[in-house]
Amino acid sequence: MIFLTVFLTMFKIGLFTVGGGYAMLPFIQAEVLAHGWLSEEAIINFIAVSESTPGPFAINIATYIGSHLGSEYGVWGSLFGSTCATLGVVLPSFIIILIVAQFYEKFKTNKYVKGVMSGLRPAVVGLIGAAIISMLITVFFPEGIALSVFKDMSFYITLGTAAVMTLLAFKKVHPIIIIGISAVIGIVAGYTIGLPV
Amino acid sequence: MKNPSAVAKLFGIFFKIGAFTFGGGYAMIPLIQSEVVDKNKWITEEDILDIIAIAESTPGPIAINSATFVGYKVAGFWGAVAATFGVVLPSFIIISVLSYILDLFNSVKAVKYAFFGIRAGVLALLIKALWSMYSKCPKGLAAYLLMAASFIAVALFDIGVLWVILGCAAVGIMITLFTQRGARA
Repeated sequence: MIFLTVFLTMFKIGLFTVGGGYAMLPFIQAEVLAHGWLSEEAIINFIAVSESTPGPFAINIATYIGSHLGSEYGVWGSLFGSTCATLGVVLPSFIIILIVAQFYEKFKTNKYVKGVMSGLRPAVVGLIGAAIISMLITVFFPEGIALSVFKDMSFYITLGTAAVMTLLAFKKVHPIIIIGISAVIGIVAGYTIGLPV
Repeated sequence: MKNPSAVAKLFGIFFKIGAFTFGGGYAMIPLIQSEVVDKNKWITEEDILDIIAIAESTPGPIAINSATFVGYKVAGFWGAVAATFGVVLPSFIIISVLSYILDLFNSVKAVKYAFFGIRAGVLALLIKALWSMYSKCPKGLAAYLLMAASFIAVALFDIGVLWVILGCAAVGIMITLFTQRGARA
């Protein structure tokens, strides 16, 4: 039953990822790819959509995955799918916070909590690093890793775009502007040299 | 329900916060502060610091954790429900509609070209996000080793993310207990 599976998967992700921003990305990527729910390319595309719409990444991508999976059952299937996925990712937070709110003074200074956090913060950095490497490979070598890619114009366009955009990102240019410029580059390159898409 | 008017107000405030913050969790904190501390005086400035600390060290998205926590402090269980529901709903509506549109336009050539460029841009955003998470992470020998170990475990050995998370949490507890005992001795 796809709806129960997506609820339980999102619940697991919500329960075991600590930290904001993209802390959930490695876990979501691993689960989504393992289930074959979305391609890695689709995940990367959706990160752009999530950056250009309001709301937290975790909620946005959960809603998207649920909606996508339920869509084979029509509009109501989509809606039910996105409800299951979003509820799944939210519920662990909600329950845990209700419990922690009872004794949060103790929670703040608890040595086990501090210990877990001191292990998880660096873990998240390493995990996101690994997630990015896997995405780099998908973006630069869409046909699989082969030397022939160095003859492709599209490889150099990707390289140039990624390099310039990274520079802009570190200059604190807004993500939406970065996505907008990248989209224009993609469209111009697409129609001038005919990208293999 | 302890305070129905506060519950309704919480829903409205968190709906607005969910609808107008791009980038999630941390971007929401200043808005929560202005609405909940400055305007409604439901909680104090120090509480906000507690909320950030707790939202960061409990599982789940910062946005959800802080909404639930603020809602609970202001109006109990139903306050928590209203705030959480409010902060999730805008995302939920927008993405539900968008995912429909996205699937329609996915086969359009110009959209495919656009996403070709966008994927390179997303890499840039992720590298930036990685850098800021790295900068915020407390440094030290143990931290560097855990970073390297979790990277290698997933990138080279394909070990499950869940096992890496549980393993690093266990190592973190052991190191903290060990160094505390060492400090006392």
